[in-house]
Amino acid sequence: MAGTERTALYQEHLALGGKMVDFGGWELPQQYGSIRDEHVAVRRVAGLFDLSHMGRVDVAGAGAEADLQRLFTNDLARIAPGRAQYTLMCNEEAGILDDLVVYRLGADAFRIVVNASNRLKDLAWMRAHSGLRFQDRTIELSLLALQGPAAEALLPARRIDLAAVPHFGFAEGEIAGAQVLISRTGYTGEDGFEIFVDSDRAPEVWRAILSAGRAQGVLPCGLGARDACRLEAGLRLYGNDMDEQTNPYQAGLGWTVKLAKGEFIGSAALAAAKAQGPDRLLTGIRSLDRNIPRHGTPVQVAGRPAGQVTSGTYSFWLNQGIGMASVAPALAEPGQAIELEVRGRKSPAETVALPIYRGSVRSPAPAKS
Amino acid sequence: MAERRYTESHEWVSVEGKVATVGVTDFAQSQLGDVVFLELPRAGLQVQAGDAFGVIESVKAASDLYSPVAGKVVEVNDRLTQQPELVNKDPYGEGWLVKVELSNGVGDGLLDEAAYKKLTGGRAE
Repeated sequence: MAGTERTALYQEHLALGGKMVDFGGWELPQQYGSIRDEHVAVRRVAGLFDLSHMGRVDVAGAGAEADLQRLFTNDLARIAPGRAQYTLMCNEEAGILDDLVVYRLGADAFRIVVNASNRLKDLAWMRAHSGLRFQDRTIELSLLALQGPAAEALLPARRIDLAAVPHFGFAEGEIAGAQVLISRTGYTGEDGFEIFVDSDRAPEVWRAILSAGRAQGVLPCGLGARDACRLEAGLRLYGNDMDEQTNPYQAGLGWTVKLAKGEFIGSAALAAAKAQGPDRLLTGIRSLDRNIPRHGTPVQVAGRPAGQVTSGTYSFWLNQGIGMASVAPALAEPGQAIELEVRGRKSPAETVALPIYRGSVRSPAPAKS
Repeated sequence: MAERRYTESHEWVSVEGKVATVGVTDFAQSQLGDVVFLELPRAGLQVQAGDAFGVIESVKAASDLYSPVAGKVVEVNDRLTQQPELVNKDPYGEGWLVKVELSNGVGDGLLDEAAYKKLTGGRAE
């Protein structure tokens, strides 16, 4: 039941009554109190998340930018030091190996944040396709996120001007006396920050953020609230909404593929896939009854198979079941009537545009933590 | 308060006179997480012990509900339509599901508190 790895905040989760579950091999809180309260806290005030399961990899040295340009689909030349970028890593067949965020620490110095379940696969792939030294810092560095409209007001950070940190920008600062790197990124559709801190200082930073915001309604939030928030925000989850059998155009992530930057791994197949156009597309969906779309639920139109649900949950913010589905491109227009096959019965639903809900995030550009 | 008995599928039943009140246990609601909705029968439905009489759906999963007793459903907790979270907040009180008029008594197959606690590793409450 429980995962094998524990984050530096494991004892904090237990002390807060976290209901621990396995997520990508890590033991993390599904929720502390109720998912409803945690979800609402993120949308109204702010919620604090432990993201330390996500992989953190540093790479630096002459030629680092050139090598990462060959590994990733987005164009790193577009970001200066102090800025981050959402990007994909594809194989030669244009299948998505992972989606990730690259932070440019310097001209040839980068931090890469990858999905927990892909960390070892990604490290092996990057090392096989580059001579650079990729340093896995996942254990020594922790990653926290404070997400919500009040995040800037309530984050107890010093020696940093948070208001001056742009969306997808980052800077160094201090929380509870610990040196931290704070980036204005997230996975909830709200404004907010992700905080890198040495793991031995992570519990103090976690407690400082909670105690600074508790009176205003900041709650610790688990995976349940995180999944609902990211679904409302239209942010994809690797392994559910995309995998190695999915190309970026099918995932609606063609905007992260910059074919003009020159050759890179998968660029030929990506150019062909783009020219051909996607045979299926991700769309938002919402239930029109009380049923919840779930991963793998068949989608039908007038009784005919039309795709499948890739992610779904119940949104306590919108008071309905929501999700994403992979469907024929014609069906990906908003407002199309579909049926979900739930427990042998047809349940009415419809397609909706992504994001399903737009929070306080400063730019509509998809974010990813 | 009448003594509660339990099923291995995590329903509870408490009998007063001829009427049994049925719900899901605290262990069940804690495992399910936030309950989103319940599909409950209409009053009048005849059930046998072990029959699926409804569905409880949480953020995590949908599960069938099994009747611990045989009889006729005489009342359904309508408040759960608007407030399914009552099952999480008060599973043995305001979060009850249905009342069943017993056709016989309560069968032998049900667990007492001690046996149910043992089944759930000491976490009946």
